[in-house]
Amino acid sequence: MPSTRASTEVRPAAAAEAVLELAALGVTFTTAAGTIRAAHDVTLAVARGECLAVVGESGAGKSQVFLAVMGLLAANGAVSGSARFCGTELLGLGAAALDRVRGFRIGMVFQDPMTSLTPHLTVGEQVAEVMVRHLRLARAAARSRTLALLERVQLTDPARRMHQYPHELSGGMRQRVMIAIALACEPQLLIADEPTTALDVTVQAQILALLADLKRERAMALVLITHDLGAVAGVADRVAVMRAGSVIESGVVAAVLKSPRDPYTRQLVEAAARAPPEAPAPAAARDAVLRLRDVSVEFAVGRGWLKSRARLRALSGVTLELGAGEALGVVGESGGGKSTLARAVLALLEPCAGEVVWMGRNLLALPPRALRALRGELQMVFQDPLGSLDPRMTVAEIVGEPLSVHRRGLDPEARTAAIATMLSRVELGAELSGRYPHQLSGGQCQRVGIARAMILEPRLLVCDEPLSALDGPTQGEILALLASLRRESGVSVLFVSHNLGVVRRLCERVLVLYLGRMMELARAERLYASSRHPYTRELLEAVPVADPAVQPGRLGRARPGEPPSPLAPPSGCVYRTRCPHALELCAERLPAWEITAGEGGGADRVACHRWRELFFPHED
Amino acid sequence: MSDAGAAASGLWRDAARRLWAERAPRAALALIAAVTLLALLGPAASPWDYDSLDWRHLAQPPGFTAAHWFGTDRLGRDLFVRTLHGVRLSLLISALASALSVGIGLAWGMLAGFAGGRTEEWMMRGVDVLYSLPYLFIVIILSTVVGRGSVAVLLIAIGAVGWLTTARIVHGQTRALKRRAFIEAARAMGLPTAAILLRHIVPNLAGTVAVYATLTVPQMILFESFLSFLGLGVQEPHASLGNLINAGAQEMESAPWMLLVPAAFLVALLVCLNLLGDGLRDALDPREH
Repeated sequence: MPSTRASTEVRPAAAAEAVLELAALGVTFTTAAGTIRAAHDVTLAVARGECLAVVGESGAGKSQVFLAVMGLLAANGAVSGSARFCGTELLGLGAAALDRVRGFRIGMVFQDPMTSLTPHLTVGEQVAEVMVRHLRLARAAARSRTLALLERVQLTDPARRMHQYPHELSGGMRQRVMIAIALACEPQLLIADEPTTALDVTVQAQILALLADLKRERAMALVLITHDLGAVAGVADRVAVMRAGSVIESGVVAAVLKSPRDPYTRQLVEAAARAPPEAPAPAAARDAVLRLRDVSVEFAVGRGWLKSRARLRALSGVTLELGAGEALGVVGESGGGKSTLARAVLALLEPCAGEVVWMGRNLLALPPRALRALRGELQMVFQDPLGSLDPRMTVAEIVGEPLSVHRRGLDPEARTAAIATMLSRVELGAELSGRYPHQLSGGQCQRVGIARAMILEPRLLVCDEPLSALDGPTQGEILALLASLRRESGVSVLFVSHNLGVVRRLCERVLVLYLGRMMELARAERLYASSRHPYTRELLEAVPVADPAVQPGRLGRARPGEPPSPLAPPSGCVYRTRCPHALELCAERLPAWEITAGEGGGADRVACHRWRELFFPHED
Repeated sequence: MSDAGAAASGLWRDAARRLWAERAPRAALALIAAVTLLALLGPAASPWDYDSLDWRHLAQPPGFTAAHWFGTDRLGRDLFVRTLHGVRLSLLISALASALSVGIGLAWGMLAGFAGGRTEEWMMRGVDVLYSLPYLFIVIILSTVVGRGSVAVLLIAIGAVGWLTTARIVHGQTRALKRRAFIEAARAMGLPTAAILLRHIVPNLAGTVAVYATLTVPQMILFESFLSFLGLGVQEPHASLGNLINAGAQEMESAPWMLLVPAAFLVALLVCLNLLGDGLRDALDPREH
C-alpha cells in the first residue's frame, strides 16, 4: 500500500519561514600536518515543520557542519560564513548566549545513546535536569513532565524506567530517552546525528517513525544527518548530499532519489536500491558439512555469595544443517542469540549443550589440542572491524598470524608472498601492509579481518555482523567482496546480521532467531516472497527501502516494542507478546518445528501454531 | 615456541626506532649510560678508595687539592669515589629489584587476570593478604636471619614488596584486554593460551609495564636509602646514594657539598628515568604516531 503523505507535504524552503539558514559555512581544522578543510561553502536552510536530511559517507563533513553551528567544534576547529537561527546569527555568539540556544531552542540527538547519557544519573533525572535548567521548573513539576515526555517517546513502562540507569536500558530505549531530553524544552529545531545507526533494524524503524511523528505534531524543524537513504526516504522532505565537505546536490527527496543529477548521488542511490540477489547456487544435493543438533547455551548471570545465580538461556535447541559451499543467513534482533550461535558453531563458548558436528566430528567433545588444529578450517569475521585487530600489530603481521599457527613450516618468502596475495584478494594496496589498524578506515580494517580469516582457505567462514559498524557504500563493497571470495573458494558461510536486506544479497537460506529460539528457516527466495512467520514479516517490514513513495508508509506500520528479557522469556511461543496474531494456545504450548516445504536437512521449517491459516504473501 | 616472539618483534623494533627519534628520551638514555659508565670506571681514575681515610683533608670542599674532586667527608673519605660507589650499588640494587618485582608482578597479574574465575580470586586475594603484612617487619626478620646489610636480603625484601603493586596494575589491564575482540579473534584462530598471552597480551601491556618499571627504579633507590637509614640497608663503610644523602643531610650547614653531590646524582637519575618511562610509553603505543 503505497503512501504519498510525506511527498505531498513538501514546501520549498524559501516560501516557509526558515528556522536555520546556513550561508557559505566553512569548517577548518588546524593540525600539525597543516590545515584540513572539513567543510566549505555549505549553504542550507530548513523551515518549520520540515525535515532536511543531510546525507554522505563518513568523513563527508556532515556532522562537523552542525557541530560548528552549535559551537561544539574541537579546540583546533575554526568556522567561517554564517549560520542564522530564527534570525539570530549563531557563529561568534558567546558561551552564555549559546547555552540559552543549545538544548533549549535547538535539541540534539547523537549516534551513540550510551555515551551521550551520564552513567550515574537515572534517565528520569537527566530528562528533568534540562527542564529545571532551561525552563526553571520546580523539581516536582519537571518530574511529572518527564513522565509525560517519556510516554510520548513511547518508552515502555515509563514510570519504572525513569528510575533506572542508562546501562539498564536497551539501545533503542536509550535513544528514546535522548529524544525526550532533546524535546524537553520544545525546541524549534532538532538535530539528529545518525540517530539509528547503532540500533537494530526493527528499532531503527520505530525511532524513525517516532521522529517523523514528532516533527509533524510539533511543527518542528528536523535535521537528520545520516548515511542511510532508507531513513531519508522515510522521514525527510528535502535532502542535501554532501561529499568531501561540500553540498553536491540538494532538493526534494522524491526528485533527488528518483532522478539524481550528480554521479555520486546516483552511485549512492544505486547502492541503496535493492540489488537483485546474487544468483544462488542450486541448493539441492549438497553434502552437509556442518550439523547442529539441539544446541543450547545457558549463561549464569549476576553474582553473589549467597544468591543463586540466574540462568540466561541465550540459545535453545538449535538444529540445522549447512551444506558445502552454502551460505546461511542468521537474522534477528539484539538478544536473539545470533552472535551466541556464531560462537557456539566455532566451539568458542564453554557452557554449550548439544552437538556441533563438523565433518563428522563433534567440536564440543573434541580435546582442546585437536580443536585448535581444526580451527584453521573454521574462521570468523567479527563485528567490530577495529577492535578485532590487535592495535600493536601491523596489517601484514595480523594477516600472517594464522599462517604462523597452522602453517608453521612455511619459509619466510612463501609466507610474505601468501600475505601479499591475500591482501590483493581483499583489494588492499601493498603499501598498507606496514600500517597499524588505527591508521585504516573501518572498511579497510574489515578487509584486513576478512584477509586474516581467508588466508588459510577455510571451509567455513562465520561472519558475525560484519557490516553493522560500516556506512552504506562501504557495506555494499564488503558484501560484494565476501560474495566474490565465496564464489572463488567455495567456502561455506554462516552470516549473522540484523538486517534481512543484507542477508538476501549473500545467502541461499535464512534462519530467523528470536530470544534464542528458531522461528523460521527457509530458502531465501521463499522467505522473502512469502514468509510463514509473523516475526519474519516484522523484520522484513523494517528493512529500509530508499523509496519515498513506500518508505513513510512502512515506517507508519512499525510497531513499538522490543523483545522481552531473555531472563524471563514468555511461556509457550516466545514471540507471542509481540505477535499481532497471538491466541491463548500460543501462551500454553511451544510451537512445533514444522516442515513447510521440502524434506530432510534442507527443508523449510517454521515454529508457529498458526502458520497454516496465516499465509503471508509479502507485499512490496 | 619458535616464532611466538616473531609477531611482536615488529612492535619492539618500531618502538626502539620511535624512542630514538624523540629528543627527551634519547638525552635521558645517553645521560643514564654516561652516569653508569662513570660509576663503573670513575673510581679507578682516582687515587682514593671508597674506604680510605685522608687525615690531612677532613671535610674539604670540592676542588683539585689532593685529587678530592668532589671534596671529602668528616672522616676524610673521598666523595668522588664514594658517590660513584654509591651510584653503582644503588643502580644495581634498584635495577635488580625492579626486574624482580616487575617480572613476578607481570606474570602473576597476567595469569590471574587471564585465568579468571576461582583461580583469579585466590591469586588476587593472596596479593591482598601480602599487602596487609607490615613489610618492614618482614625485612627486619629477614635481615636478622640472613645477616644485616646483605645485598641479597635487600633485593628479596624490596622485590617482594614491589611486585604486589605491579601485579594489581597488570591484573586490571589484563582483565580489560581479555574482553577485547582481538583476543577472541586469536582464540578463534586456534592460538593456544600461552601464545595469546605472549603475542597479544604482553605487547599490549608493554606500555604500562615499561612506564611502571622505570618509575619503580627511582622508588627502589628511595626505598633502599630508607632502609639504609634504619640501619637495615647498605652499611658503612659501603656507600649507597641513600646513606650518603642521609649522612650529608646531617652536615648540611657546615659541609653542604656532602649533601649536594650525591643528591645531584640522585636527582639526575630520577629525572632521566622518568623521561625514559614517558618516552617508552609513547613509543610502545602505535596510536601515538
